[in-house]
Formats: sequence, structure tokens, C-alpha cells
Amino acid sequence: MTSTFPELLNQHAEARPYAPAVREKEYGIWQTWNWRQAAEEVRAMASGLMSLGFAPGENLAIVGDNRPHLYFCFLAAQSARGVPVPLYQDSAAAEMAFVLQDASIRFAFAENQEQVDKLLELRATVAELRGIEHIVYDDPRGLRAYRQDGLISIQDLMAAGRAWERTHPEAYLAAASQVTADDVSVILYTSGTTGKPKGVCQTHRSFIAAAQGSVDTDALGPKDNVICYLPPAWVGDHLFSLAQWLVAGFTINCPESPGTAAIDLREIGPTYYFAPPRVFEAMLTSISIRMEDAARPKRWLYARCMAQARRVGADILDGRPVGVLQRLLYGAGDLLVYGPLRNVLGLSRVRVAYTAGAAIGPDLFRFFRSIGVNLKQFYGQTETCAYVCLQKNGRVKLHTVGEPAPGIEIRIADNGEVLVRGVSVLKEYYKRPDATAEVIDAEGFFHTGDAGVMDDDGHLRIIDRAKDVGRLTDGALFAPNYLENKLKFFPQIKEAVCFGNGRAEVCAFVNIDLDAVGNWAERQGLPYAGYVDLAGKPEVLELIAQCVSQVNADLAAEPGMEATQVARFLVLHKELDPDDDELTRTRKVRRGFIADKYRVLVDALYSGERRQYIETLVKFEDGRTGTVSATLAVVDAQTFAPLKSAA
Amino acid sequence: MKNMLAEPPSVHLRPVPSSDAAAPAPEVVLDVRNISLSFGGVKALTDISFDVREHEVRAIIGPNGAGKSSMLNCINGVYQPQQGQITFRGQTFTHMNSRQVAEMGVARTFQNLALFKGMSVLDNIMTGRNLRMKRNLLWQALRVGPAAREEAAHREVVEKIIDFLEIQAWRKTPVGQLSYGLQKRVDLGRALAMQPQVLLLDEPMAGMNVEEKQDMCRFILDVNEEFGTTIVLIEHDMGVVMDISDRVVVLDYGRKIGDGTPSEVRANEEVVRAYLGGAVS
Repeated sequence: MTSTFPELLNQHAEARPYAPAVREKEYGIWQTWNWRQAAEEVRAMASGLMSLGFAPGENLAIVGDNRPHLYFCFLAAQSARGVPVPLYQDSAAAEMAFVLQDASIRFAFAENQEQVDKLLELRATVAELRGIEHIVYDDPRGLRAYRQDGLISIQDLMAAGRAWERTHPEAYLAAASQVTADDVSVILYTSGTTGKPKGVCQTHRSFIAAAQGSVDTDALGPKDNVICYLPPAWVGDHLFSLAQWLVAGFTINCPESPGTAAIDLREIGPTYYFAPPRVFEAMLTSISIRMEDAARPKRWLYARCMAQARRVGADILDGRPVGVLQRLLYGAGDLLVYGPLRNVLGLSRVRVAYTAGAAIGPDLFRFFRSIGVNLKQFYGQTETCAYVCLQKNGRVKLHTVGEPAPGIEIRIADNGEVLVRGVSVLKEYYKRPDATAEVIDAEGFFHTGDAGVMDDDGHLRIIDRAKDVGRLTDGALFAPNYLENKLKFFPQIKEAVCFGNGRAEVCAFVNIDLDAVGNWAERQGLPYAGYVDLAGKPEVLELIAQCVSQVNADLAAEPGMEATQVARFLVLHKELDPDDDELTRTRKVRRGFIADKYRVLVDALYSGERRQYIETLVKFEDGRTGTVSATLAVVDAQTFAPLKSAA
Repeated sequence: MKNMLAEPPSVHLRPVPSSDAAAPAPEVVLDVRNISLSFGGVKALTDISFDVREHEVRAIIGPNGAGKSSMLNCINGVYQPQQGQITFRGQTFTHMNSRQVAEMGVARTFQNLALFKGMSVLDNIMTGRNLRMKRNLLWQALRVGPAAREEAAHREVVEKIIDFLEIQAWRKTPVGQLSYGLQKRVDLGRALAMQPQVLLLDEPMAGMNVEEKQDMCRFILDVNEEFGTTIVLIEHDMGVVMDISDRVVVLDYGRKIGDGTPSEVRANEEVVRAYLGGAVS
């Protein structure tokens, strides 16, 4: 069993020196590094770092877009017995300061002038960051006239390394062979939505185990191709583009520029693909828009084929029995629509595609599976190498994140929190024993902070943040985010706020989406004067009531969720807005604040009032304030008796 | 057979002349002496003289109708001035023709875009290499042997420009479909494809939004720095001119009313008057 990343790299270079390891599109042509070249450059970089005094245990900051040299730098730092610390390339200089200081950075790798400028600015202005001695840059553009101390190009670094090796022939091998599996292989800083960012220390052992587990599950191998376009500082990219790359030995492909990722995706045709839900959403949107503009016969054909795909596509993908005629029809659809569609999206060759990071809409998920893209979900966080649960081929359930991955043990705590123990759990938070003790308990379980439920088949379903989860008076688990997300999957609903903790039943506020509902009203020939007017129309309330009852029907079919069907709701007369402190800047609802602000409405929902007058102060973008008033109707939603496993 | 990558240095973008030595007075590249130009009874330019030094950004500013574009057109050989002479790298001309000027290493962009709208970004920039293509039309049409190698070498230069201007995502897009700001960038790219020593820019930022202007400023400065190209530019946006130019010439009604560094020009009363007058009308 190979135990460290540098070792894996050297094994590939020995075993298959001329197989492609990395590609990058530059000057319009895909340039390739084979494994031998990759290993040689890593070695030169590592020696170069050592020649500049990079010491064992030292951290190397890495900031930039996905470039071959950037990935090599991870390995160079590890080979020199140091630890790479990637930073998000789009953060402003000030945001980087904390991490650079926390990790006591002396050496940094910066992709281009933009990143070099940030580092130089920090070094010049922040007293604690004077210690940034060496900045290695990849793209020399614009840096020709820079004369600052410690600035060195990656080419010069490698040249220095090769020269140094002539006088220190054993140094590289000596260092690389001393790296052990339990050394920290990377420190990934969590984004720190709450408090300061924390550095998550992961060892070679955990990341290799996590990569090995997923590589085995999906039978990934040297023939696979991956396109790496997500921030290298994100745990997902580190797993997909670095750990799995070295474990499976496939080829990673770096796009020409962040703007060309979609074009490069088509050119490369990856066999293994990861994207957050929003990317898949953008793909579906662009298809929908183009289909609406297409000629009538094409639209007809598309509608017929997609109906067939919805009927049997997912079953065929999962290898379930499907009749011969249905199969033939699907085959025809594949020839005419699904195949070309996958081709246009660059997904023709995809064997396995993953999504994670946010809830994915059921329609979106089904769409891709029905046209033959094997889209699956997984679950994990930085602290677990993004490796806790994954969906296995043929065992994909829409609402779950799959079964515990090999080597992972999951326990659900009494408060619903998901606890994880196993190969991928973090070693510690960097310099934060207090924080480490908080999340890892005596039995070695990591507390994820997410609330989840295990279903009868052993699939994990994540429902909410554990701290948001409450209980109804009858003891049923109440997960407001889960309900709100379900409501928000309807395009007509922009925001939803659910109440129910300590109450007998669940009630909700709903914000309509002005575009979607306005569009709908136009098509219905329904005149309206503005947001307040539209939100109060009986027809609109009826429309939203249908959405809510559909959510209720879904909930009735989910074990453990039957009790949290929405009993009553009202449609708010104004949009929830960060300017009014009702949403955070990242557009998360501030449930407590809203409950206080609209207390009369909440009371009306639970007291059985049919109508309630409300006047609200609003803040306009220019700082002026005004009031909006309306009389809102409380609407009863249709609820359903629990169904036993109708899914 | 020669390796295509080892062909003449023209394949690579010109390196910067070493500026480490801090030369006391940079050489004058272009010297314009006593130029007068009139169309019938209209005097477009009257007795204009100024010079452009190696590796500087030189701006020509002035209110509408001041004669800025006419001045550029004289340098560029589009117009023939009635009087005066232009000295380019020691060679003096009383009138120039456009091809000659281009061959001497002067390229330009246009105030009103003059791109081939139906052609891709790549092809548009490739046309900038036209002057340097040695094979005749037949060879190029057949695209075999030496012609293919020549095209590959030119393509390499063009690809470096595409990379430089960060327009990789639109390489194959017809220019007519691009936003105005991007078209301006393509126009600059085509001029750069000539690997000019002097680049004449006619209102490179006209009609752009703030962000596009910032991008364009950065590209102009980068061209100046990376390739060592001398830049003569006409611009309306005073903020931009003051920020990026080394020296400024001010024209008004065909006469030169100011010449110097941005701060000198800003302090020149006649310039202030001309600008305020222009703004009021």
C-alpha cells in the first residue's frame, strides 16, 4: 500500500513514464506533460524550494487558477517535507491576510501578476506579513519590471533546483523518502462563515484512503479524463484533481482560462466530471432557452423524446428491467436528441458525474439521469476530505446522498446530528486544539453539524444544519431548511420561511418570484399593479397552494417527515431583503429575526385568523425608508396521510 | 526541413529593450515638423510639430474637430499634408503611403471599428499578419508544404496575442456577435499582429463602460511594457489620458496649444480654456 503522494507520483513516473499526466490548453493547443516530465518538474521545484531554505514542516501558500505548475507545487511542497496551503484565488488581499499569518507563511506560489500584487501589497502593509520572503510566480506577464525582493519565476526556481541538485544529489530523495503517511499532506482552510477560518489538517493517509475509496467505487483508472476548473483551495478539487489523480493515475486537464471552461469541456470530453448544482442548472437553462427558440418540428421532437426519457431513462441507466419496445424508443431518442444533447454539453463520454455542495432540484437531477448522464451525489466536508457518503451505481436515490463510503462509519446523534468516524476524518485544526476537541468526541466521531436521517436502505439524507433543527410538540423532527428548500425548488417561490419549533404544526411564509409568477400572470391574462398586488391575488394564492400541497405530498411519503407537512401559509406582501436584515448577505433567511418582525403574521397563522393587516417599514437602496401595507390572507394547505414507502 | 519553431525571430513577440540602464534621453522615434493640412478652404492642421520618443505613451488630445484624427491620418499616410515633414527613425518623408508606413512598423486601430464582422476573432487577427506572409495567394490557397508551415508560425504569433488580450473564449466567434468593448480588443489584437514598433490608437476607449475602459488601459500599458511598443493615442477621456500617458499634445482648431507631461498640460491655461469652451458648446 502506497502511503504518500510523492511516492505515488514517482510510481507513476516509473511504471508509465510516457502516459499523459496533465494537459493544459495554451496558445490554442493542448500541451501535455507525461508522468516522467511531471515528476521531473516536481523534483526540480522541490529542490528549488530547498535551495532557498524551505524547511521540513514549513507551509507553502499556493494561490491561483488551475494550472499544471500549481498542482506540481502541491507535490513539490510535500516532497520537501512541507505542507501546501492553498488559498482561494478570488479572495481580496485582506481576506488572505488571516490565513497567511495563521500558517506563518514564508514561501508562496502565485499564479500570475494579480496574485503577486496581492501578496506584495500584504507584505508591504501588514506588519505580521513581513515574513513572506519568497514569492514564486508562474505566468511572467506584467511582472517583467518588478524588482521586489524574493520574487522568482517558476522557471528560475526549477533551474535553481536543478543546479542545486548537482551539488546536493541526495537531498531530494532523502527528503521525499522521509515523508510518512501520517504527515500532514495539506491544510485546507474552511471558508469561515462563522468566525475566523480554521485550517483543516489532513494527512496523506486520509486523503489517499478517501481517493482510493471513491476510485474503487466508480472503477476509475488511467484511461479516465478529468477537467479541473474548480478552486484548488476547495476540498472537492483537492480530492478530484489531486488525490484521485495520483491514486487512479488518470489525466487531469486544465482549461485555457476560467472563461473557456465550457469550450474546453467539449474539447476534452471528460469521462469523470464533477460540478456543483449551479453548473448543471446553467446547462439545463441554456438548453431550455435554445429549445424555446427552435422551430416547431424540433420542439415537438424534443418534447416527445424527453417524455420518453423521463419514462425509462433512469431505469435503463440503473440497469432495471425495461421492455423491448420502450428500449427501442429510448434508443431512437438517444440517436436523435439525447446523444447530440450530451455532445453539445461536452458530456458525451462521461461515465460518472457527481454533484454536491448544495441541494439539487429533483427535476434537474432527473433530467440529466434521463438523458443518460450518470449523475450522482456525494456528501462530505473539508474535515472529512469530502468523503463520507456516495451514491453507488444502480443505487441512486434522489433525496439521499448515498450510502456510507468504504471505511466510513456513520452514527446519527439524538439531536439528529450526523457523526462520522473513519479513514477520512481530519487530524486536527491547525494550532487550534480547542476547536479540534469541540468537533471530535472521545470515541473519535467527528461532529458534522449537519442533521440527517438514515433511511431503511441505509442511505443518508441530509436535512438541515443541526443547530436549526427543532421539534414539534409531538416530538417529530422539524427541519426548517429542508422544508424551505423543497418549497424553493418551485420556480414560483423565491423564498420561504417555515415555523414549527415547539409548535403543534408547521406554518410558512412564502415570497413569490416576481419574474416567474409575473410571467405566469401575463400568460393567464391576469392584470396586476405591482408586487404587493400580485402577491395578494386569489389566483396566485391558489397557484402557491398547489406548490405547497405537492411538497406536502412528498413529505407524506418520507418516513420521519410526515408530521412536518405545511398546515397553513401566507404569501408575504414584500420581498425579504438583506437591506432590511431579513436575509444575510449570502441570502440565507434569518428565521428568528423574521419571526420577531412579523410577529402579528406568525400569530395569525397559529390563531386561526383568516386575514391579517400588516404595515412594514422598508429601506430603499438609496437609504430612504417607506412603508408597505397590505391585508394578507391565511391559506390552508392540503395535507396528506402518511404513505408507507411510496418512493 | 527546418523546424517551424526555429523560424525567424518574427515568430516571437518582440522583447523589451533593456531599460535597466536608465538611459538619459530616449531616442526620438517619430518627429513631426510643421505639418499643415487643409481640405479646400478648411484648415485642418496648422503648423503642427511634436515628437514621439522610444517606448513612451504619447497622447494627442483636444476638443471635437481639433484635428486629432487628421494628425494620426497624416502619420499613417492616409492623408498627405500640404506642408511639413515626418521623420521616422531618421528617415524623412514629405508624404507617406499607408503600405510603406505599415512596412516600417507602424500599426493603428480605428475610431469606428473596421473589422470583418463575419469572420472569426482568430481570422480577423490573422489578417494583421498579411504583410508578413511571404507565400503567394496560390500557395496559401493550397495550404501545403511551406505555406502550411508559414501559416502555423503566424498562427502561433496570433495565439500569443489572443492569450495576451484574454479573448480565448471567443477565438472562433464571429466578430459581429461580440460586444463593442470586445470588438475594440480584437481591433487592438489585429494591430498587434503586425508586431509594430509604433502603435497608433484612435480613441481606443470611445463608447466603453468604466470596466471596459479599465481593461483597455491595462492592455495598453501592458503592450507598452511587455512588447516595448511606442504608443500614440487619441483619447477623449481626460482621466484616462492623464493616468496612462507620459506626454500629451493638445490641439485646438488645428493648432497646437500645449505639449508636455500630464501635470504641465493640466496647468496650461489655454488648454483649460479650450476644454471649457468646448464643453459649453
